[in-house]
Amino acid sequence: MKKFDVEIVVGIFVFVGVLCLIFISAKLGKIDLIGGHYYPVKAVFSTVKGLKKNTEVEIAGVSVGKVDTIKLIDYEAVVSLSILDDVKLQDDAIASIRTKGLLGEKYVEITPGGSDKLLQPGDTLHETEPPIDLEKLIGNFVFGKVKE
Amino acid sequence: MSWIFIPFKIIGSYTHRFIRELGKMTCFIISSLFWMLFPPYLLQRIIKQINFVGVKTTPVIVLTGSFTGMVLALQTYYALVKFGAEASLGPVVALSLIRELGPVISALMVTGCAGSALTAEIGIMRITEQIDALDAMALNPYKYLIVPNILAGILSLPLLNAIFVVLGVFGGYAISVGLMDLSSGTYFQGIRDFIKTQDILEGLYKSLSFGFLITWISCYKGYYTRYGAEGVSKATIQSVVLSSVLILIWDYFMTSIMIL
Repeated sequence: MKKFDVEIVVGIFVFVGVLCLIFISAKLGKIDLIGGHYYPVKAVFSTVKGLKKNTEVEIAGVSVGKVDTIKLIDYEAVVSLSILDDVKLQDDAIASIRTKGLLGEKYVEITPGGSDKLLQPGDTLHETEPPIDLEKLIGNFVFGKVKE
Repeated sequence: MSWIFIPFKIIGSYTHRFIRELGKMTCFIISSLFWMLFPPYLLQRIIKQINFVGVKTTPVIVLTGSFTGMVLALQTYYALVKFGAEASLGPVVALSLIRELGPVISALMVTGCAGSALTAEIGIMRITEQIDALDAMALNPYKYLIVPNILAGILSLPLLNAIFVVLGVFGGYAISVGLMDLSSGTYFQGIRDFIKTQDILEGLYKSLSFGFLITWISCYKGYYTRYGAEGVSKATIQSVVLSSVLILIWDYFMTSIMIL
């Protein structure tokens, strides 16, 4: 029986290895090989406690973009969001910061508005809702201020 | 009078030996890297060494990879189910495989399978004066022996790491979906949500540096073998122990550099 050619065996090895590398980066990681087109939208929050860069932006639970940058302007948090091109936002849409599960990470949820005016790239969402402060809620509960 | 100095003499001789060894290793790798730059590039030798380092280790990687993923899923499941957080089983398995276990265990397997054999091979060439013969024929031993090994190590390790991670993820999948009745969507979607590009790059950089480290130490220990057959066995032991220890130490520093 003739032994396998070394070059063929090495070729198969390299091929399988590269295939696995591609699988890891494309399937497990979120490396967009093609990449959709996004447009920037700003949102002003009173606080963005716990929100991080590159977290998801969702409408009705569907991911439509991600958080680009978080800056402090005039003592308010200005978050710039990248939204997919084919998702249009009305100028009275509400951006709120929510938590996945009880202890999960923070993300931005956008509730669509009813206005006819659509947001242009670079525009600002004025209606925002800061995250629920769980620690404050628990504090209120412990010290009996729930009923107000 | 002189007995006071004996402890200092011992400490001094060990320090001296340690620094000499470090210097020798540095000179060795610098001259290897220097000769790497100049033609002829011995492509045939590199392919042969990839066959030796990469292909011959693949069966071991396949086995260890899938079983590591399986046992990781099994253990983590019992820890997570107490908090009702089984949904994060996929990310835990994939993250630990990609960032830590994949590069480290595949590197340790390569050390055991290929590193020891490299040291023994080069060591025997040294004690039977074949390296001197290469020198006498004006064939540069660095170019002919060392450079192909180092290149093969740097090329093979990331590929072996990738095979390890993919098999580990699917091993964990088999356990969590087949045995633990987790839904398959939860497993893979969780992984997609948690893994970032940086995690994958970290694993890749780690395995690249491990490939360099293993072949460097194995070749160095083989190249400076002395005292006959006993010397070869000694060099092999030293190369395996030193590579394994350095892999784990270097892994810590890589992680701390990448995280900060």
